[in-house]
Amino acid sequence: MSILKEEFPVAAMDFVTAGEASAQIKRMLKKLGVDPGVIRRLAIACYEAEINLVIHSDGGKLMLELNPDNVTLISEDVGPGIPDIDLAMSEGYSTASDDVRMMGFGAGMGLANMARNADHFNIESIVGEGTKIEMVFDIK
Amino acid sequence: MKLKQIMQLLSARPLTDVVDEELEISCACASDMMSDVLAFPKEHMILLTGLVNHQVMRTCDMLDIRAVCFTRGKLPTAEALEMANEDGISVIATDLTMFIASGKLYAGGMNNGTIG
Repeated sequence: MSILKEEFPVAAMDFVTAGEASAQIKRMLKKLGVDPGVIRRLAIACYEAEINLVIHSDGGKLMLELNPDNVTLISEDVGPGIPDIDLAMSEGYSTASDDVRMMGFGAGMGLANMARNADHFNIESIVGEGTKIEMVFDIK
Repeated sequence: MKLKQIMQLLSARPLTDVVDEELEISCACASDMMSDVLAFPKEHMILLTGLVNHQVMRTCDMLDIRAVCFTRGKLPTAEALEMANEDGISVIATDLTMFIASGKLYAGGMNNGTIG
């Protein structure tokens, strides 16, 4: 039985509200007394995922589930998908536009940074359909 | 190093309603790419940047960065400054370039940096 289960919609190319879901998730976990180290890792990965949804998808959602032993964060989108996941995971590789770079993003660090901060990381993508990323953060 | 000393070294002025000059800062990150800042976070870090939009503050909120210095005379957008005021982030500005500002901090004793 999970302690908390919430969904947060994320709109494509909306840089005004980008990051609001992550900020809300961080606040919720803080209020529930989750370990600050876990919150820190999750907040970074969550923000990376949210920015990716804004930049690369046609819209998607973040799904948060807090359990006694872990926090699961799923990012799911409808969009172009990722043709070569290994290439997308390599640091520095990015398909972001110059407009996105002007906003301070698109350095090609996102997916690798998500994997680095999560205890368990899984990514599945279908070209022309979308991408699903599942991250689990263990609560020690 | 306290934020007060950083402000002296960089001849920086306060921008937010409240600037915590007693804030203890142990390292600095100089970058316009928030993607890179997110990849190399450290605790008690000040962010030096020329990026002026509100995603700077969102990034700081995510990483618990409590101090930001805008370089080369750049000023944050009204939205960014409002967010900083709400989140209690101390924001300062210097006319120095990011390179010179980084050099002054390094020479001033802050050599535990992280570079994006």
